[in-house]
Amino acid sequence: MPQMNMVQAINDALRHEMRRDSRVVVLGEDVGKVGGVFRVTQGLFDEFGDDRVIDTPLSENGIVGAAIGMALYGLVPIPEIQFADFIYPAYDQIVSELAKYRYRSGGEYPSKLVIRTPVGGGIRGGHYHSQSPEAQFIHVPGLKVVCPSNPADAKGLLLSSIRDPDPVLFFEPKRIYRAAKGDVPDGDYTVPLGQAKVVRPGWHVTLVVWGAMLYEALDAANQAAAQGIECEVIDLRTLWPLDIDTVIESVKRTGRFIVVHEAPKSCGLGAELVALVNEKAFLHLEAPPLRITGFDTPFPYTLENEYLPLSHRILPAILEMARY
Amino acid sequence: MSTATYSTDRPPNVSGASLEPQAAVARHPLDTCADDVIKVLRDDGSLDPAHDPKLAPSEVIALYRAMVRVRQLDERLVALQRQGRIGFHIGSLGEEAAVLGSVSATRPQDWVFPCYREFGAALWRGLPLQRYIDNMFGNANDTVKGRQMPDHYTYREGHFGSVSSPIGTQITQAVGFAWAAKLRRDELATLVYFGDGATSSSDFHSALNFAGVFKVPVVFFCRNNGWAISVPTERQTSSNTFACKGVAYGVPAVRVDGNDLFAVVKVARDAIARAARGEGATLIEAMTYRLSGHSTSDDPKAYRPDAWLDPWRRLDPIERLRRHLERTQGWTEAQDREIEVAVDAEVKACIAVSEKVAPPSLDSMFEDVYAEPPWHLVEQREQLKAGPRPKGHGGR
Repeated sequence: MPQMNMVQAINDALRHEMRRDSRVVVLGEDVGKVGGVFRVTQGLFDEFGDDRVIDTPLSENGIVGAAIGMALYGLVPIPEIQFADFIYPAYDQIVSELAKYRYRSGGEYPSKLVIRTPVGGGIRGGHYHSQSPEAQFIHVPGLKVVCPSNPADAKGLLLSSIRDPDPVLFFEPKRIYRAAKGDVPDGDYTVPLGQAKVVRPGWHVTLVVWGAMLYEALDAANQAAAQGIECEVIDLRTLWPLDIDTVIESVKRTGRFIVVHEAPKSCGLGAELVALVNEKAFLHLEAPPLRITGFDTPFPYTLENEYLPLSHRILPAILEMARY
Repeated sequence: MSTATYSTDRPPNVSGASLEPQAAVARHPLDTCADDVIKVLRDDGSLDPAHDPKLAPSEVIALYRAMVRVRQLDERLVALQRQGRIGFHIGSLGEEAAVLGSVSATRPQDWVFPCYREFGAALWRGLPLQRYIDNMFGNANDTVKGRQMPDHYTYREGHFGSVSSPIGTQITQAVGFAWAAKLRRDELATLVYFGDGATSSSDFHSALNFAGVFKVPVVFFCRNNGWAISVPTERQTSSNTFACKGVAYGVPAVRVDGNDLFAVVKVARDAIARAARGEGATLIEAMTYRLSGHSTSDDPKAYRPDAWLDPWRRLDPIERLRRHLERTQGWTEAQDREIEVAVDAEVKACIAVSEKVAPPSLDSMFEDVYAEPPWHLVEQREQLKAGPRPKGHGGR
């Protein structure tokens, strides 16, 4: 199996599917000749031409609106939004149109596409190249939201997202685009949507996490293990609809639940997870559930390592919860 | 600002270019920044041969019937809303020639992306009246399952898109749709409707820009009916016309008398022919007037005196077309009466059927959110079904 980083794995998935399915087109700002500002679409323009790898005008609502129209025609568009921070001009198209098309047409017009976009902090990008807006899409009925943490999952989840009948927001954690490396299966390889992965089995505390923060949670879990506390670390992978069974089964065994995410704390996906744990495993809890997250401030530039829920903030939470 | 900044090592940017003579901009013959409005139908009912689309007498009668049918439906649906039997209606009173003339120019393979005022276009493309009326009642037979307000229908079989309420969103989608057809080398044009208010939406600008850049076979049809609810056109733009906005995007544009069926047919056919020849998009500004309120929820007395409507009542598209029929085909009041009776009968019959159909099932509320309902929707559906029903469950 070849070793790849996240960028190479996503590129491999796009190339594989574009070869397999002529309906697949990639469009967005700088995705063509230059291969994207992160080079995720590098080489696709040369192989598939500008009918299928399309540099567009700088207009996110134009990109997504046109992609919806292409999908209605029967293509499978994969628009790239250069940074998730710039997705808001397209928010109306995503929320009012894409998410509701199947429903509002009584199933007559499914509108299937995958929006790829880099998310998260850790690249010294300030407010506008660092945010994690997953909750703003999870709150919209009709959308699926995916966030891989490693190259193999990035390929497998992207291929599943493209073949899934529903619209998918595919969030790529840019902090680990090149830092996360690993074996990636050749050829056709899918990872089912809606299945979390237990990355580290444990029995004292359940840690639910996704994307780049997985590695921080694992680091904290390993440090906790040195003190005799074994954490179960769950990589959520599909953020919505999430794998409730894996989460609740784990919490019922550990009785302790921590969720970690980069996005602001209030009304984040962590809040929903805590609510679900309370609804479904309340009588198993040994301690109040905890959220270790970004703060309810805009994403800061200089102090980004203070803002992010890195292992130095996760470890004390684990220890405190274990001793509760 | 000095021009020197732009003079040396690179071509001028747009602000620099504005200092150059306007001749630098290539004009398509259909470009119009002037006040010229294409007209065919004269006041006396005769036709100006310069732009006559040469409709067969039977075609004119079919379109006249369709326009009268739409108006009669409008009146009936407003009455139903006032009686509390349906929740809402948004019609096209005064705009029948704009809607029917443009859609009649489409060919079977073409597609229509509607705004929300074009039920006449859906009916023209074959939407069964019963299906439309079921949508007005939001009953179990409504193909959109009572999920949207009345007048938010779809009709895929007739190549007619899905109505939504946000303004302008369908314009970029129509561009993407037409663009996809072009990428697949399929010869078809896409006609997209919107009002003058939508020209202020970001989607309008994105759509024209994309259509210009990628030479997309789309026809932008702007029903300039003078009003966006209570806001008049002079509050939408300080441009002389809406058509001139096309020039900025390299999209040829034309202004047409929107209450002149023949002129609308002519410009719409020309635009579709241009698209079919691979020459790209056209923007049509149809000058018409919204004789009703915005919808049944609006009371226009608050912002426009009734007298303002008088000049437009004299330009009523149906009256004008009738004068033409009288002149050329000896049209009689008896023939009008015949249409009226036939439409009244079919509408009454459809209403009688729709009104008896039950509301959609509780299960249907949870279908089609996703292709398959995920665990949380299954859970919520079962909770709803096991719980108590509200007052007026499924009622109107």
